[in-house]
Amino acid sequence: MTDTEDLDAFRRRVRAFARENLQRTDGSEFVRALRNERTDEQELAAVARDREIQRMLYDAGLAGLCVPTEYGGQGLTPAHQWILNEELVGYEFPTHLQSPTFAPCLPVLLEFGTEEQKQRHIPAVLKGETIWMQFLSEPSGGSDVAGALTTAVRDGDEWVLNGSKVWTTGAWWSDWALCLARTNWDVPKHRGLTVFMLPINREGIDLHRIEMLNGSREFCQEFLTDVRVPDADRIGDVDDGWTVGIRWMIHERTGLNSPLVTMPVGVLGGTRGTSMGAVAQSAGRVHDPRALHLVGESHVLELVGAALRHRIAEGVGSGKMSGQASAVGRLFSGKATVRRMTIAFELAGAAGAAWTDDDGSIAGTGDDYLMRQVSCIGGGTTEMAANVVAERVLGMPRERTMDRDVAFREVPRGPSH
Amino acid sequence: MLLELSPDQEFFRETTARFLAEHQPVDEIRRRRGDPAGFDPEYWRRGADLGWTSLLVSEEDGGGSISGSGLVDLTLVAHEFGRHAAGGPLLPTNVVASALSASGDDAHAELLGGLLAGTAVATWCLGEPIPHDGLGDIRMEIRVDRDELVLHGVKRPVESAAQSSHLLVTGRTGRGLTQVLVPTDAPGVSLTPMRTVDLTRRFSVVRFDGVRLPLSAAIGPVGDADAQVERQLHQALVVLAAESVGAMQSAFDMTVEWAFDRYSFGRPLASYQALKHRFADMKAALEASHAIADEAAAAVTAGTPDAGELTSAAKAYIGESGGELMQDCVQIHGGIGVTFEHDLHLYLRRHTVDRALFGTPDEHCRRVADFYLAREGVA
Repeated sequence: MTDTEDLDAFRRRVRAFARENLQRTDGSEFVRALRNERTDEQELAAVARDREIQRMLYDAGLAGLCVPTEYGGQGLTPAHQWILNEELVGYEFPTHLQSPTFAPCLPVLLEFGTEEQKQRHIPAVLKGETIWMQFLSEPSGGSDVAGALTTAVRDGDEWVLNGSKVWTTGAWWSDWALCLARTNWDVPKHRGLTVFMLPINREGIDLHRIEMLNGSREFCQEFLTDVRVPDADRIGDVDDGWTVGIRWMIHERTGLNSPLVTMPVGVLGGTRGTSMGAVAQSAGRVHDPRALHLVGESHVLELVGAALRHRIAEGVGSGKMSGQASAVGRLFSGKATVRRMTIAFELAGAAGAAWTDDDGSIAGTGDDYLMRQVSCIGGGTTEMAANVVAERVLGMPRERTMDRDVAFREVPRGPSH
Repeated sequence: MLLELSPDQEFFRETTARFLAEHQPVDEIRRRRGDPAGFDPEYWRRGADLGWTSLLVSEEDGGGSISGSGLVDLTLVAHEFGRHAAGGPLLPTNVVASALSASGDDAHAELLGGLLAGTAVATWCLGEPIPHDGLGDIRMEIRVDRDELVLHGVKRPVESAAQSSHLLVTGRTGRGLTQVLVPTDAPGVSLTPMRTVDLTRRFSVVRFDGVRLPLSAAIGPVGDADAQVERQLHQALVVLAAESVGAMQSAFDMTVEWAFDRYSFGRPLASYQALKHRFADMKAALEASHAIADEAAAAVTAGTPDAGELTSAAKAYIGESGGELMQDCVQIHGGIGVTFEHDLHLYLRRHTVDRALFGTPDEHCRRVADFYLAREGVA
């Protein structure tokens, strides 16, 4: 047994690494990426750079801090991860690898993968060699995840998958996916699911990029036609995919709050990197008391959000809170981000509607406002998170459903499915 | 409140919680409604025995902490005060005791001893009347006249002034601030009791009409006490935050229980999704309030540069979102929630008073903006 690395020594090590290896950034590049201000070539270059950074982190012993050493991680603590996140403030970091690769895909692999699966995939993730996606939501519904219609049928040592998955962010530059599929239609919905992993760039997967209302084409939809997956790439037991799914959902709601995620403190936290100070300045409103109130409110939400992430990570880590408490953080950050987007738009005044390239940080606040609800939809809606908080954290009665104890094929579906 | 307490801290918190449950039950709080002091001196003395007034005082002066951070330990007491809507001059006594101890001036040893023993009460006079009631808008004049300090001005609301033997007065000397320890019975000091929403807290308007004191009554440097005042404000905000969160926790727990027990249309309130989602939002606000209160206490303890920003963020967030949480609790209770008979208002009162003291949520929001914009180089 070796002693866990002293936090101060660790901090010095991280600081030296960042100074010597990483480029400084003011975060504006990150905002541009979110606003779809990159060409595909730039996007691919950014992904390639992220893989490089991840490899440098790995070589420096700074990747997978909370991942056990037998899988290439460092076996350290969330406190170490927090320090890494603090010391990376102002530096570039592997943005494309965090969600969903490091959360929720990595913790799902860690929890449910076989020894062989873990040895094969986790070191590759930590080295930046593979980027993962979630084949989870389907066109027939996002919140009712367990109602998946994508079907896997066994054929000897293989499974044959057919169906469609959607809302995979950046699937066009990703490598592998975790896929939830139905393996049994004759049992209630939660008891007929199985989880698989599969490479994305392959025959049988037809990938489409969806154009969002702001022009972004990062979200994708995949059509799976007779995709063959070896049984060795199944995660968890046949028809027991919901055991995996429940934990998968928890890891998804934990999202960027996960101690497996590397992200400079304050860069995100669901706030999309908008500097409200810069917005207020561009709008010429830094001396207007009402604008000051809005800037303050926005920053208070950031500070409180960071404190809450800290508290939940600590509570879940120590066992004082159940993993379901991640829904509390998800609910807060979704609504706080919505509020911040509104504040930025409000500060912009008429420039929120029409702007020029000379308008500085105001430019684009209108587009952000149009996309505002994404923070309450993506990664599981805030309504679902609110259900989880009420039912699983506070123990209130579950909502009535029409699909319990009914064979899935008998469950009522809308006319188009 | 902190998720992880050391065994000593947990014992300390538990002792205070049990003491308050025994000596400040809701009936006792209701009974004190018309009481001039709002609390029994013997109750306060016994509370002091538990350590309520010694946490911000150095060991040389007879104080000491449980964990090494007296302010964090004090948040445990404040949290329990909020949870029980307990009476007693917790905030003012601790702020003054801390200031006296930090001054290193032995001349105040007797008063400090009395505060530690719970036999004396002292309070801090910061806020002023409308239109100068904004946080930090100080018009109180403290003039140096040879070897004397002369005080002119009005302070309000001053908590427990009528129960205090001494008043720590913050005023202006030229461009800087000065703090003076004024005996409440000094010539020229007059008190007018105020009305308040809290059942056990008492506030006064205190007038200083040419009050003269020797220079030695100054606590800290004359005309240069701004940093000291800022530090006291941080302490006060940390105590208020912890107490407010305690009050929110009680109201929330009570309302969750009510939602399970109360049936309408043949099912408990807790089964209605419209209410479940409200509870989820309340739970998020409550946990967020715990989190920012603790973060603020840690920052003040560590003396980090963001202490001002975090204490104001705590005050703004807990005041604003906590106020909504409290009123949601009332709404979900229905009519019974606005009766004197029900206990809910005891916590609503405490949160409401704490929200309005030492700067409103709006003022603290703008303070956060000032800190943030200064750091971002935007101003």
